[in-house]
Amino acid sequence: MKGKLLSCVFGFGLALTATGAMAGTLDDVKAKGFVQCGVSQGLPGFSNPDSQNNWTGMDVDFCRAVASAIFNDPSKVKFTPLSAKERFTALQSGEVDLLSRNTTWTMSRDTSLGLKFAGVMYYDGQGFMVKKGLGVNTALGLNGASVCTNTGTTTELNLADFFKANNMQYQVVAIENSDETLKAYDEGRCDVFTTDQSGLYAERLKVKNPDEHIILPEIISKEPLGPVVRQGDDAWFNVVKWTYYALLNAEELGVTQANVDEMKSSTNPEIKRLLGVPNEDGSGAGFGVGIGLDDAWAYQIIKNGGNYAEIFERNVGESTPLKIARGKNALWNKGGLQYAPPIR
Amino acid sequence: MAADPANLAYVRTEEAPLLPPPANEAGVRGWLIKNLFSSPLNSLLTILVGAFLIWLIWDTVKWGLFDAVWTGENREACTGEGVGACWPLIWDKFPQWMYGFYPIDQRWRPNLVFLIGGAALIPMLIPSVGGKLWNAMFLLIFFPLITIILLSGGHVNFLAQTYAAVIALLLLAAVIVPIAAFGLEDGLQRNRPGIILAAAALLVWLGGFLVDTPSISIGFARVNALPFFSMLLAFLAGVVSLKVALADNSGAGRSALKGWALIAGGLLLAMLLLDIDFGLEPVETSQWGGLLVTLVVAVTGIVASLPIGILLALGRRSKMPVVRMFSIVFIEIWRGVPLITVLFMSSVMLPLFLPEGVNFDKLLRALVGVALFSSAYMAEVVRAGLQAIPRGQYEGAQALGLSYWQMMAKIILPQALKISIPNIVGNFISLFKDTTLVSIIGIFDLLGIVQAGLRDANWASAASAPTGYFTVALIFWVFCFGMSRYSMFIERRLATGHKR
Repeated sequence: MKGKLLSCVFGFGLALTATGAMAGTLDDVKAKGFVQCGVSQGLPGFSNPDSQNNWTGMDVDFCRAVASAIFNDPSKVKFTPLSAKERFTALQSGEVDLLSRNTTWTMSRDTSLGLKFAGVMYYDGQGFMVKKGLGVNTALGLNGASVCTNTGTTTELNLADFFKANNMQYQVVAIENSDETLKAYDEGRCDVFTTDQSGLYAERLKVKNPDEHIILPEIISKEPLGPVVRQGDDAWFNVVKWTYYALLNAEELGVTQANVDEMKSSTNPEIKRLLGVPNEDGSGAGFGVGIGLDDAWAYQIIKNGGNYAEIFERNVGESTPLKIARGKNALWNKGGLQYAPPIR
Repeated sequence: MAADPANLAYVRTEEAPLLPPPANEAGVRGWLIKNLFSSPLNSLLTILVGAFLIWLIWDTVKWGLFDAVWTGENREACTGEGVGACWPLIWDKFPQWMYGFYPIDQRWRPNLVFLIGGAALIPMLIPSVGGKLWNAMFLLIFFPLITIILLSGGHVNFLAQTYAAVIALLLLAAVIVPIAAFGLEDGLQRNRPGIILAAAALLVWLGGFLVDTPSISIGFARVNALPFFSMLLAFLAGVVSLKVALADNSGAGRSALKGWALIAGGLLLAMLLLDIDFGLEPVETSQWGGLLVTLVVAVTGIVASLPIGILLALGRRSKMPVVRMFSIVFIEIWRGVPLITVLFMSSVMLPLFLPEGVNFDKLLRALVGVALFSSAYMAEVVRAGLQAIPRGQYEGAQALGLSYWQMMAKIILPQALKISIPNIVGNFISLFKDTTLVSIIGIFDLLGIVQAGLRDANWASAASAPTGYFTVALIFWVFCFGMSRYSMFIERRLATGHKR
């Protein structure tokens, strides 16, 4: 009642949006009918508005997958673009239900901010871009190179560690602003450009001749990026976590957006459990109900947005301007790190 | 001796023909010598600067016209060596830069707002067009309402409690009516019961925060006891105060009452208007963006900062210590923090202080922050103008028997504001440009949406960023230059007798 009085006084301003963070987030989301998803203000391939006002990218598609799991409707998401500084407050204060904004999973963030990371949507890390003309195709061949980087970020420290550990000499050209750093590299003031690998692919688009530059395969730091939820709301955490696992399991089992309907009649018990096909005695599979959703939750995710591989290819893969290789983000049985517990 | 004309000293019988001025003084050559080549040093400077200008202009033209790409579907068109401006990016993104993420099929609504605003503003800006009072009232009262309803869709759905709270607040404010009518001391004397009731209402209301009281039934609804009693007390206080004002037979009470009724009625009417469902699709402020948001923030800041700033400036020069201290503290606090801090505070800190589940609109928070911030600066600009008015003007006004407000409105402020025009407009322009700071709290203003557009993987190329920033600079320049020229025009028009 106190809250009500407050809100009726504050409600004097014309725009009052009650988000009601006290009850379970899943119930809140179901009640209001959409997922409020915090995304980046613009990061190519991860979350970026296109010219028709549609948000595109992997982070964005993950939000849509969560909405599909709950509502069977990928459009029931509202995106809140957040700057890096305000993202955690927005989540803590209940302004967003889910933060899917290329956020690195670190111990301090996981333990001291009242947040929980639900998985690793993209294994990122610091990489190197060089001109093809340099004739280098491994980071270990960069001895004596001059490296362009931004000042005051951890990239500078990682760089020092990497070259020291491998007994190589280098010269750093540190510049304040990332656009200027790229320009310096493009104009030949340094041989190598370094930042997080996902960023390298985006920056490569902005040099004069993108085709003349390659991104070296090595990653010299760990930057696991994933969706974040508030701590202490396990039901919601489970929904987000298993949405992510469902995307991976679907890829592993070969279930795609195109074949998901046929797959429903598959005899593979793993696929049957994933897609929530009822048991032979007619009882439900029960996995969706267990996390407070419909048994067809994973079917809805795949049907509406495809599995992890499809999301990856659509947004950052070889067919997009970014042309990012799967690398560490391949499934565990294909040499990558993406691994999901089984649905059983 | 007869005069022989041939022996006479030379006498002019006709006027000498007017010779053209020396070639060095007239014509193009004269102008050039006078202005550009008057000394060897000046000649050297002229040549250097001229060469620089030609180089600059040539490069810009080459970049923007000759080397530019004019058509294309995506970044492929603008990739490669020696590409100038990437204009297809602009063709593709321009609507988004104007409206942000405003739904594409609803773009007629911001268009209509721009149209109405322009149609009302232009006659306002032309001095010779009449009906300024009505025009101003439309612009300041109805146009904001129309804008809110059109852009957001109206149909706010106020709670019954909100209406009750607003009515209670208005009635509580009626306590001031007798004071406004009869002066501080007399007003307090006459309206003692009203004041006591109002104080009781406030106390009970505050008590509601400290103790949880059971809710009681009032026939049709159940309400919490303390806030309900507080509202009842506020209601009584208002009625008593209005009666006191009416009981007096002089016109003072009646005119103060009229003023109060006008404000209260207007406010309730505005609330009702916002509450009506016009059948417009609701569009959240998070979907507004681009030039639309830049204009909303800038115009709100400009319109709010001038009156608040004038009041603060008067307050800071007031002889009443409480008013003066309040003004000083307000001005110094807001001037003492950077705008970025204010915006961060509004978007990062405020949500943590508010009770969970209560959330202000982000844009509204930014608007309030920007308006208060610029008011503090405006106050100091106006105060400088006030201090430039000679003391004799104040004394003359007082000798005529004018009251404080009459003196300010008729004698002091017109002069003070006139000499402050360059600084006031300077403030407006810097405020207009400062609106770009809202992009750091996740609101896509013009600059923010341009930057988002440049990060679009479909359009990212070496040529995109210069094109985008060039365009946005041009748009800002047009608005700021327009304001600047208009202020010069008004300055010349008002330059009555101060020119030497």
